[in-house]
Amino acid sequence: MSDPILQLTGVRKAFAVGTPAEVEVLHGLDLTLDSGDFAALVGPSGSGKSTLLNIIGLLDRPTAGELHLLGQPTRELSDADRTALRNRAIGFVFQFHHLIPAFNVLDNVLMPLMIRDGKPGGAEIDRARALLAEVGLGGSELKKPSQISGGQQQRVAIARALVTEPALLLADEPTGNLDTRTAETVFALLQRFNDEFGCAVLVVTHDPRLAASCRRTIELVDGQIVGDQLTTNSTPRRHRP
Amino acid sequence: MRLFDSLWIEWRIALRFLLDSRLQTALIIVGIAVGSAVVVFITALVNGLQDNLIDRTLGTQAHVRVLPPDEVNQIVREPGVITLVLDTPREQPLRSIINWQAVLATLDQQADIRAVSPLISGPALARRGQARASVALIGIVPERYERIISVSDDLIAGEFRVEAGYAVIGTELARELGLGIGDKLRIDAGVERQAVVRVTGIFELGVRELDSRYVYLDLKQVQTLLDLPGGVTQIDLAIDKIFEASRVSERLTRLTGLEAESWMEKNRELLNALESQTLSTQIVRLFVAISVAFGIASVMAVSVVQRTREIGILRAMGSPRQQILRIFLLQGGLVGLTGSSIGGAIGLGLVVVFNEFGPGLFYIPLDFSLLPSAVAIATLTGILSAALPARRGATYDPAVAIRYV
Ligand SMILES: Nc1ncnc2c1ncn2[C@@H]1O[C@H](COP(=O)(O)OP(=O)(O)O)[C@@H](O)[C@H]1O
Ligand SMILES: [Mg+2]
Repeated sequence: MSDPILQLTGVRKAFAVGTPAEVEVLHGLDLTLDSGDFAALVGPSGSGKSTLLNIIGLLDRPTAGELHLLGQPTRELSDADRTALRNRAIGFVFQFHHLIPAFNVLDNVLMPLMIRDGKPGGAEIDRARALLAEVGLGGSELKKPSQISGGQQQRVAIARALVTEPALLLADEPTGNLDTRTAETVFALLQRFNDEFGCAVLVVTHDPRLAASCRRTIELVDGQIVGDQLTTNSTPRRHRP
Repeated sequence: MRLFDSLWIEWRIALRFLLDSRLQTALIIVGIAVGSAVVVFITALVNGLQDNLIDRTLGTQAHVRVLPPDEVNQIVREPGVITLVLDTPREQPLRSIINWQAVLATLDQQADIRAVSPLISGPALARRGQARASVALIGIVPERYERIISVSDDLIAGEFRVEAGYAVIGTELARELGLGIGDKLRIDAGVERQAVVRVTGIFELGVRELDSRYVYLDLKQVQTLLDLPGGVTQIDLAIDKIFEASRVSERLTRLTGLEAESWMEKNRELLNALESQTLSTQIVRLFVAISVAFGIASVMAVSVVQRTREIGILRAMGSPRQQILRIFLLQGGLVGLTGSSIGGAIGLGLVVVFNEFGPGLFYIPLDFSLLPSAVAIATLTGILSAALPARRGATYDPAVAIRYV
């Protein structure tokens, strides 16, 4: 087995540090994700799932503890280095898909590459188009996000998260505001990319049925991991012995 | 296009954002355009006005005049001895520049002097029948004099023919004495020094003093009339850079030992007026620039807040802070560039309208060289005013920004 993609040791997160309103949300988490993992992060609302995801995605810094991403410690990294690592290693999918309304679908998918390398070449554009075709939006490249449905927007966001071929895909309630059938399609996509590209996926979800289809379930309650187990009824995958 | 290539995505996002908030962008561009139009028009107007005033002033006078030094009493003081002196100022009779031919030759060789004209001038009475007028006789070498003050451009009758026995006079004098082309005029410069000359040309320089007093005659004839045979009382100069005149005159004083006087000393008041006019335009420009800067800054501040979520998304996808900063600086620069280009064109358009339909007192030259500097200043102002809002956007916490609704 290769090195873990992600390793958290004693990660704590407090907000409003040094003020009377100081509150600790994560209380010393240890967690490891391997390449090829497909894990659901479940837990009641307010338990700290989004906070944890932001920390893992280098959007936020833990107050204590260390986080290794791709074997690299991240605590001492400068903002610029964290940003570069985020661009290279992490793909984000958010609940409210968060496309940039001013750009069309294809540009939104290409954005992580354009941010990094400037004008995209033919190969990059082809990859973005192929990803859009895979998420079933082959004909919508030139549409604005406002011209497609919520489920379609979420699929564009998935294509965008995958365009850099990240080692880790983070999805924060990606199906939270989608109807059941659309949610299943989106989830199936995540599973397929996990299969095809071997990128680890950590997905926050409230839906027990969807969580059950993940290979691993991590349960977070009040900022502590209270459960971490392999899902029994999910089909075994070749990446996992 | 290196700048464009290396900042490709910054340009793209900046342009997209600007085009996306169309109304906002249009409003700030209109604001910048109005400001730039005002500045360009006022600058062209004042420059035109000042050039015009200077042209008019220099149209009838030499840039530098070289004169013989004043006669002064030499007082010899013995050291250690208290001397009481009763100093009666000496009279200043008409006198020639000593060895003026040599001075003329020296001046002719100076690289920055465009034209040199020796002349002799002195007072006389002009008479025709019962009418008399006091005049200034100006004895000139016409070819040289014309290169200093081109009288022939201001002739209203006859020709500029100045040789022995012929005179060119001003329109006021012609009217006072009832003279026309070909008429005879008696000049009386003192006992035994009289001449009768024929009027060959009548000029109107537009300065009453000159039009009523100047009588242009042949140099030799005036030397005889004023009893200064072979002498000249003054050497007029024209130089290339008119605002160098006082420096040139200082240099010539040292060089020749004579007294040199520039137009700038003679027209102190005009120059002071021009300077304060320049100062007030600069103040207007400064205040327009400041209000434009505040306009850009406030629009950019609003825009940064409106784009909070997009900033969060870009940051989450791996956009560095510097990139966010550049995106908003570019937007500031772009509105400055566009607004001032439009405004500059409008300002020059106003100049054309002023020349075409204005009061017609003077002509404002269409000075395209105002455009690049106006555009450059506005673009820079745009970038600088966007700096503060851009910095704020760049330092947004991405985790917070992305949840902003
Ligand atoms: N920026 C913040 N400042 C203060 N408290 C916060 C902040 N972000 C989240 N919290 C608090 O942390 C807790 C966990 O929030 P969150 O991670 O969003 O939970 P979940 O995603 O599991 O619903 C909540 O009580 C929330 O109020
Ligand atoms: Mg959440």
